[in-house]
Amino acid sequence: MELAVGNSKELSKRQRREILGLREASVFTKKFLARRIKRLKWIDVLFHCMTLFFALLIPALLITIVYELYLGAVPSIHKFGLNFLTSTDWDPVASQFGALVPIFGTLVTSTIALIVAVPISFGIALFLTEIAPTSVRGPLGTAIELLAGIPSIIYGMWGLFVFSPFIAHNIQPWMHTHFAGLPIIGSLFQGPPMGIGMLTAGLILSIMIIPFISSVMRDTFLIVPVMLKESAYGLGATQWEVIWRVVLPFSKQGVAGGIMLGLARALGETMAVTFVIGNAHDLSVSLFSPGSTISSTLANEFTEAVGELYTSSLIELGLILFLITFFILALAKLLLLRLKKKEGLLQ
Amino acid sequence: MKFITQFQCFLAGLFLAISAASATDITGAGSTFVYPVISKWAEAYKKETGNSINYQSIGSGAGIKQIQNKTVDFGASDMPLKSEELAKGNLVQFPLVNGAVVPVIHVSGIEGGKLKLDGSTLANIFMGRIKKWNDPALMALNPGMKIPDQEISVVHRSDGSGTSFIWSNYLSKVSPDWKSQIGEGTAVKWPTGVGGKGNEGVASFVNQIDGSIGYVEYAYAQQNKMIVVQMKNKSGEFVQPNSESFIQAANAGDWATAKDYYLILTDAGGKKSWPIAGSTFVILHKTQENPEQAKQVLGFFHWAYNSGQKLASELSYVPMPAKVTAMIEKTWKSEIKTKDGKVISLP
Repeated sequence: MELAVGNSKELSKRQRREILGLREASVFTKKFLARRIKRLKWIDVLFHCMTLFFALLIPALLITIVYELYLGAVPSIHKFGLNFLTSTDWDPVASQFGALVPIFGTLVTSTIALIVAVPISFGIALFLTEIAPTSVRGPLGTAIELLAGIPSIIYGMWGLFVFSPFIAHNIQPWMHTHFAGLPIIGSLFQGPPMGIGMLTAGLILSIMIIPFISSVMRDTFLIVPVMLKESAYGLGATQWEVIWRVVLPFSKQGVAGGIMLGLARALGETMAVTFVIGNAHDLSVSLFSPGSTISSTLANEFTEAVGELYTSSLIELGLILFLITFFILALAKLLLLRLKKKEGLLQ
Repeated sequence: MKFITQFQCFLAGLFLAISAASATDITGAGSTFVYPVISKWAEAYKKETGNSINYQSIGSGAGIKQIQNKTVDFGASDMPLKSEELAKGNLVQFPLVNGAVVPVIHVSGIEGGKLKLDGSTLANIFMGRIKKWNDPALMALNPGMKIPDQEISVVHRSDGSGTSFIWSNYLSKVSPDWKSQIGEGTAVKWPTGVGGKGNEGVASFVNQIDGSIGYVEYAYAQQNKMIVVQMKNKSGEFVQPNSESFIQAANAGDWATAKDYYLILTDAGGKKSWPIAGSTFVILHKTQENPEQAKQVLGFFHWAYNSGQKLASELSYVPMPAKVTAMIEKTWKSEIKTKDGKVISLP
């Protein structure tokens, strides 16, 4: 039987029914089905509406928060303008405020945290997925994830009472003797070894973000198809070659995502940093010197800020932190899009 | 049966709620400095009268904000408000209790109460002009003492605080350079040093960093057995920080001539006065909307001025002299009124 496509008037009744796939059905079944479909349709509509509401709620909240931040920061934006971003003044008595020192501190401590945490998390994830015997993987993995559960204020206290004396007595003098004399890098290691400062804050941040980065990396490494790895082994590749040339390229996206997660955590971390960064509003290149981050400044000074300009400057700092985090995450997304495109072209 | 038991439980709960409601809950917020003494007073007051005091030690600036917004019954601040600010908010203030701020040091070889300092040297240290412990200015004040050749690490407060206000107020009085360049306030532009959060933060930094100098409330210095210094007072005598010198400083205060009790006890006259003393001020609204509540609030302060003196002295605070408390209670009668202008009687 030919299928006549086009003018349906030429088809017989039977042909039409077969094309449309309708079967002979009793009136009762038809009515039952119709009612059922109507109820399911109603539930569906409700479900769609609810999930749409929840999905839109989050961007709406985000926009509200940013708008409130902007409203609060308006007096300070009017008074200082763009100078706010380049001034190192922080004078509550004379009402002169500048964000350069907190911004610098935030970026430097997060950079130190990433530089230390990424190789370590990488090592941890690889060890747990490729190298460790199976009996060890479970407990060790759980132990590392427990690190993520420690409240950040405990990290702050531990950092203040245990970690910074350790750094002051052991690590900083060693760094000072060996690196302070060098031409360009030397300026990073000047100043008395106090223990508290940007270096310690960066190190504690790195300990805090290791569980996040390593657990995401571990999950990504685990989903690499076994076939790919076995094929590589079959061709005579060593363990390192398999990791570097098969596992890692496959899980680029996950690794980048994990690093971004860790960075976002490090940028916003408040209590642990407030305890050990020394809270000084001086710009200094040296890692040993105290500094301040945006979140530590807000934590220290927000409740006591008297005066509209002071409070407004602090809110503007919060807005700047939001913008920094937003831009870094957007940049990361763009980077990943580019990588995917490249991969598509190569394939 | 089940319904009757439920009903009985409901009645029991209702009676408990009613009996709890008959005892008043007095709320206050502000200075962390007075928190130890207010909590001791609250315990004793509850035993005597059944009223509970709910005090939030969130800092002087936040306490001022809370009382201006009428969210608490009283605010406590180490920094007195100026007459214009009081008039703007229709507020009245009076001193509650006195205390002292002491410089603390951590230098190997120097014991507690041995090192002598004076106001201008202290200002120069905190301005970063005197950088080493064996600076000629320090050697001149301490002839014959062995002071090591060590860099001075300055520790100040990172958060806004009344302690910082008393400290910067004293330095402004003794050093014209400090007054013109930095000024006084709960948060100032510290020229040098690291910032610790709260008295505890400063105390822990000073304990950890060798060669450091900081300032804390006397109670903290005593509890943590820190190394204190002798200060040269206005009359030219070197005094130790102890209750006698604090009482002398408190008695030297000329409260009668201070408008709205705006008097800061730093650089007090008197032969044996401690130069860095200060008071905590209670701030109330002049028009009390709830006369019953106002009666209980004033009753608490009346009790504190009489039965609470011993407890305050036990905690190393200096109670207000009796003639000053009489003056203060007269101020209550003349300034604090109900909405229809009636005076509030004490319970």
